[in-house]
Amino acid sequence: MHIPDGYLSPATCGSMYAVAVPFWYLAVNRVRKVLTNRTVPVLALFAAFSFVLMMFNVPLPGGTTGHAVGGTLLAIVLGPWAAVLGVSVVLGIQALFFGDGGLLTFGANCFNMAIVLPLVGYFIYKVIASNSEATSPRRLLAAVAGSYLAIVAASFAAGLELGIQPTLFHAADGTPLYAPYGLNVALPAMLIGHLLIAGPVEAVVTGGVFAYLQRSHSSLIKADAPRKKEGKLWLLWGALGLLAFATPLGLLASGTAWGEWGVDELKNMGLGFIPQGLEKLAGWWPAPLPDYGFPRMGAVIGYILSAVVGIALVAFLLWMLGRWLSRKSLAKQESSAKEASIE
Amino acid sequence: MKGEGFLTKNISNFTHTLESVILTEDLCHAPGLLQSLDSRVKVVTFVLFIVTVGLARSLAILGTIFVLILIFSFLSKVSLRFFLKRVLLFIPIFTAVIALPALFITPGEPLIAVAGKLIITEQGARTAVLLFLRVVDSLSFGMLLILTTPWTSILVALRWFRIPSLLVDILGMTYRYIFLLLHTANSMFLARRSRTIGTLSSGENRRWLAIALATTMAKSQHLSEEVYLAMLSRGYQGEVRVLNDLRLKRRDFLWVAFALLAAFILLWGNSL
Repeated sequence: MHIPDGYLSPATCGSMYAVAVPFWYLAVNRVRKVLTNRTVPVLALFAAFSFVLMMFNVPLPGGTTGHAVGGTLLAIVLGPWAAVLGVSVVLGIQALFFGDGGLLTFGANCFNMAIVLPLVGYFIYKVIASNSEATSPRRLLAAVAGSYLAIVAASFAAGLELGIQPTLFHAADGTPLYAPYGLNVALPAMLIGHLLIAGPVEAVVTGGVFAYLQRSHSSLIKADAPRKKEGKLWLLWGALGLLAFATPLGLLASGTAWGEWGVDELKNMGLGFIPQGLEKLAGWWPAPLPDYGFPRMGAVIGYILSAVVGIALVAFLLWMLGRWLSRKSLAKQESSAKEASIE
Repeated sequence: MKGEGFLTKNISNFTHTLESVILTEDLCHAPGLLQSLDSRVKVVTFVLFIVTVGLARSLAILGTIFVLILIFSFLSKVSLRFFLKRVLLFIPIFTAVIALPALFITPGEPLIAVAGKLIITEQGARTAVLLFLRVVDSLSFGMLLILTTPWTSILVALRWFRIPSLLVDILGMTYRYIFLLLHTANSMFLARRSRTIGTLSSGENRRWLAIALATTMAKSQHLSEEVYLAMLSRGYQGEVRVLNDLRLKRRDFLWVAFALLAAFILLWGNSL
C-alpha cells in the first residue's frame, strides 16, 4: 500500500500533508501528556519493532507469503495516538532508506497507514472488547476484527487517492498524468487485494501476537476502566469524517439517483408526458448549488466543494437542533424538579 | 512455503536489509559533488527536484531529468551499475504491473497490435511510460540524497527546518534500534533454522512467527525502559541537544542557483 512518488499529483500530495498535519499535532500533544519524558525512547523502540514486524514474511495457506503493517497491534498496546506517531516514523524511514513509498506521497501514505489504520483499528477493537477481561477471547476477537477492518479501511483510502487522479489530472488530450485508473478500477483493485490477502495476513499476525501476549505478557494489554463518554463520541466523529472522506465515490455513479430525475431527464426517459404538477413545481426553488456544483468551476472540484458545504450545513443544522432539544429537556427536568420539591 | 524455506527467506531478508544500509553509509563519505554540499541545501533542492518531477508533463522533460540524475551520480562517485541496480531493484514490481494494462485499456489511436486483438494505443503507451519515468526519477532523487548524506546530517537539517525535535529524536533513535531488533530477530530465526529438521506445516510456522514477534515486542518494551533509565542517568530532561556547526559555503549558493535555474527551465518546457 506504500504509494511511490509519481502516482499522485503534487496537488493531491500537498492536500494529504495538510490533512495529516493536524493529526500529527494532536498525536504529539496527547502522547507527551501520557508518556512525558519517556516519549522518545518508548516510541523509538516500538517504531523499530513495527519496522521489523513489517519485514517478517508470513506464510499463508496456499503457499504465498505476505507481510503485515501492525498498526492496530501498536494502537492496542501503546494507544492510538502513539501508534499514529510510531507508524509515521517507520514510514518515513522506509521512504528515505528503502524507497518504499515516496517523499511527496509521504503525507498520503501516513494518512492511510499511520492515521486511518490505527485509529479505525483501535476504534473497532474498543467497541468489540468493551469492558472484557484482558485475557478474554472476546478481546482476541476484537483485535482480529479491528486489524482486518482497519487495513481494509486504509486500502479504501489509498484506492480513493489513486482513483481520483485520472479525473482530476490529465493532459489536454486526455492522457492521464499520474495514476492512470479511475475509481471504478482503482477502488476494487485495492479493496479486493486487501480483503483477500493483506487483510487476512494482518488479522493472522495481530491475532497470533495478541493471543501470545494474553498468555504470557498480559500486562502489555491495557484493559482499562471504561472511558468517559466524551472519548467515544470523539471516535464517532472520526468515523463520520471517514465517511465524508468517501464523498468522491459519488463521482463514480453515472446518471441521476433513482427517483430524483429532473423534468428534462423524464422526457428523455421516454415518459410520453410530464405530469403537469411536476412541470409547474420544478422551477420554484432555484437551488444555490444546482446539481451539487459551483458555477464556473471544474465539475469534480465543484462536486467535492459542494459536499463539504453540504456536510457543514447539515452538521450545523443538527447541532442547532441538538441544542434546542437538550435545552428543552433541561427545562423540562428543571420544571419537574421544581414541582417535585414543591410537593 | 514449507519449513526451512520460510525461515531461510526471512533470514536472507533481514541480512539483505542490514547489508544494503551499511553499503549506503560508506558512500556518504566519498569525495564527490553531492557529498560536499550542506545537508540543508541538499534536502531543500532535492525536494524541489522531486516536485519538478511531479509537475513535469512530458516524456522529454522526465527523460532529461533522468540524464541529469545520472550525471549527478557520476560526479558523486556513485557507480552507475550500483545505482541503476538499486533504483531498478527498488522500483516496486507493482509499478510495472500497474503500467502494463494501461498500454491496452487507455482509449486512443492504435499504435501496435499484439496478437491480433490486443491493441496498444498511443495514449496508453504514453501513460505507461510517463508513470514509469516519473517513478524512476523521483525514486532516484530520494536514493541519491540518502546515498550521499550521512543520516545524522539529515536529522540536523530536519531540526534546522523546525520539525519538532520530539519527532526528529524519535526518527534518529528508531533508525538505531531497527538494527538491534533486526539483529535479534535474525538470531531467533537462525536458532530456529538450526534446530529444524524436515518440514513444518505453514500453520506451525505461523504459530512460531507470532511467538517470535510477541517476544520481540516484549523485548522492545523492556529495552525502552532500560534505555530511558540510561538516558535519565546521563542527564536527559526531555530534550536532545545537538552540536550545530552548519555553515554555508560558496558552492552551496552556486548549487541552489543551479537547482532553481534547472527547475525553472524544465518546467518552462511544459508550455512548449
